[in-house]
Amino acid sequence: MNEEYEPTIIGFLCRWCSYLGADLAGTSRMHYPANLIPIRVMCSGRVDPTFVMRALADGADGVLIAGCHPGDCHYQCGNYRAAGRYSLLCDMLEQFGVEKERVRLEWISAAEGEKFASVVTEMTNDIRRLGPLKWNGNGAKADSPALEE
Amino acid sequence: MITLTVDGRETQVEEGKTVLDAARQLGIEIPTLCHYDGIEPYTACRVCIVELIGQRGRRLAPSCGYLAEEGMVVETTTPEVLEARKLIVELLLARCPHVERVRELADELGIGEPRFTTENPDERCILCGLCVRVCEEVVGAGAISFNNRGADRVVTTPFGLPSEACIACGACAEVCPTGAIRVEGDSTVPHLELDLGPPKAIHKPFAQAVPNVPVIDLESCIHAKTGNCKFCDQFCGPDAINHDMEDQFEEVEVGSIILATGFEPFDGSKLVQYGYGRLPDVISGLDFEQMSNAGGQTNGRILLHDGRTPTSVGILHCIGSRDENANEYCSRVCCMYAMKFGHLVREKTDAQVYEFYIDMRAFGKGYEEFYKRCMSEEVTFIRGKAAEVTDVAETPEERGKLIVVAEDTLLGEVRRIPVDMVVLATGLVPRGDTANVGRTFGISRSKDGFFLEQHPKLAPISTASDGLFIAGACQGPKDIPDSVAQGAAAAGAALSLAGAGVFSLEPITCSIEETVCGGCKICVSVCPYDAITFDEEKKISAVTEALCKGCGSCAAACPSGAAAQRHYGDKHIYAEIAGALMEVTSGESVT
Repeated sequence: MNEEYEPTIIGFLCRWCSYLGADLAGTSRMHYPANLIPIRVMCSGRVDPTFVMRALADGADGVLIAGCHPGDCHYQCGNYRAAGRYSLLCDMLEQFGVEKERVRLEWISAAEGEKFASVVTEMTNDIRRLGPLKWNGNGAKADSPALEE
Repeated sequence: MITLTVDGRETQVEEGKTVLDAARQLGIEIPTLCHYDGIEPYTACRVCIVELIGQRGRRLAPSCGYLAEEGMVVETTTPEVLEARKLIVELLLARCPHVERVRELADELGIGEPRFTTENPDERCILCGLCVRVCEEVVGAGAISFNNRGADRVVTTPFGLPSEACIACGACAEVCPTGAIRVEGDSTVPHLELDLGPPKAIHKPFAQAVPNVPVIDLESCIHAKTGNCKFCDQFCGPDAINHDMEDQFEEVEVGSIILATGFEPFDGSKLVQYGYGRLPDVISGLDFEQMSNAGGQTNGRILLHDGRTPTSVGILHCIGSRDENANEYCSRVCCMYAMKFGHLVREKTDAQVYEFYIDMRAFGKGYEEFYKRCMSEEVTFIRGKAAEVTDVAETPEERGKLIVVAEDTLLGEVRRIPVDMVVLATGLVPRGDTANVGRTFGISRSKDGFFLEQHPKLAPISTASDGLFIAGACQGPKDIPDSVAQGAAAAGAALSLAGAGVFSLEPITCSIEETVCGGCKICVSVCPYDAITFDEEKKISAVTEALCKGCGSCAAACPSGAAAQRHYGDKHIYAEIAGALMEVTSGESVT
């Protein structure tokens, strides 16, 4: 395993809970790897599975979908929709040979800066262990020197 | 009206009133034992005996049961009356030698020791039957009655067993003139005199209650329990008591909501080492406030549970705050109120005061000055959190005291300070129903359980929902000035919404492109706000923008790409993904 390899993770964060949780992690001066690039969405229910596929195809090594805890959705039930889609998405990713650790769904409330930091740390470590995503069409990545063991 | 003469003075009473009523109207005192206003007279004790002078001559009769008659002449203090009353009281005294009320009557009449023998010196019941009557007439329970006859007569429950009919209302004990009946029950209140719970069903909530009128506590009201009683109705002149009043639920339409649901004091008994609830002279901050209140049950005096004035008081800071075993946060108000307690104890008693603190947080205007003032009032400050309060003495001077064990971090040693009273400066915790209230209003809670503001610095009163504001200790521990400031800010924010007269909608809503929509209705099923309707004629779906909150569930679900979310459209997000991964796709390594 290459010590220098740093995975890139795209995070789809719900605007009401998880994005604020990430904010709290920042204002609380918590330390976590800088590998996650957040993309704000209004609700985890807005995350179309194609977003995840596109992110992986475009070179991301992992995707985090984070929303409000069950029952706490700002839009009543968007997180349940996300959960439903996520299980279908996992089935599909398995068929594509993508390890299940690469795509995670987490409930992170606005008060859980600590949880946000620990999820990002955990995910970064998991994906660092798995190595870059060997995804067809991910040419830039395949030739990347970081892949050399 | 009936006109009669009592002790040479003429008076008028309504028909149906007794001789006793007439005498009392004139301010003439006639002693009674078995009489109780509002309960049918029974003439059992005969103490209220008077002399009636009429056409039939002079005779003695009990005044409480004798109806006033036109032209009646009554004498209450003739030698015959006093002689008869003396004998009656002497007999009662012989039966119940230790009843204070009977002893008082005997002293008034100049009776020393009764000439008759006392069978049972512990007897307190004079068999007046007042308890039996109140239980039957007022409460309607009929749980007690007279048993046996003649010399064996007693008041008891059927077969002397605990009665199922008894509702434990305590009315019998309340009316008993001799204190022969006591209600059994245990109380877990550490300082009994501090129990400000309703002593009776009708009471004023507290001295400064707004509105300052009595209320009926339905849990102890006999009428609420049995449907009988209504005893209070007889005494309320303006007929202000309405027993049929019920809780009403009203629906009010509002444009904005301010939640100011406050806090609960930390329950000191959760930290067993301090003995709250176990040692009677360990009290919480709220208990102390109630005791120190001039309108409280000790009239503001600082007393131990046995009524003595303490000679030393220990005040323990940070109980339930700054404690990994309870709450990690600082409750903000305790340092100041604990010092206020110390100041009050010094002011009201000569007791030595010890304050055990971790850090003294005297923040803000005038607070540091107060800290200095307390030090000048000879309050002893010991830097170190109290570890334990115990009543196990190790030395003779600790005997009979509470011992506060604490490490004095300035001296670097463990100290044992014997005190008479311990006050726990209990912290502030979220109310027990915060989770439910938060769910009802869609407000998240921070890690410590208080309501979460939108931004700790920039939006301390707003929440994630527009028009919903929070203020006061429901958002986090704070003192009165801070709560008032936050409340005023929340009111201002709510007013600014109302003053505008119009409400601006979120610009982020969803739309459905008519020409692309296939009419599958998936969007209709996922929309949580019923904002999407299906046009049966055109066979397409359409968004009602005023209802749409812009969650984007439909945009994610739409298989044809007709549903789109403004500002968060697919192309925007794809562009964000591409931008985020630009460094990866361009072959540069991310460091």
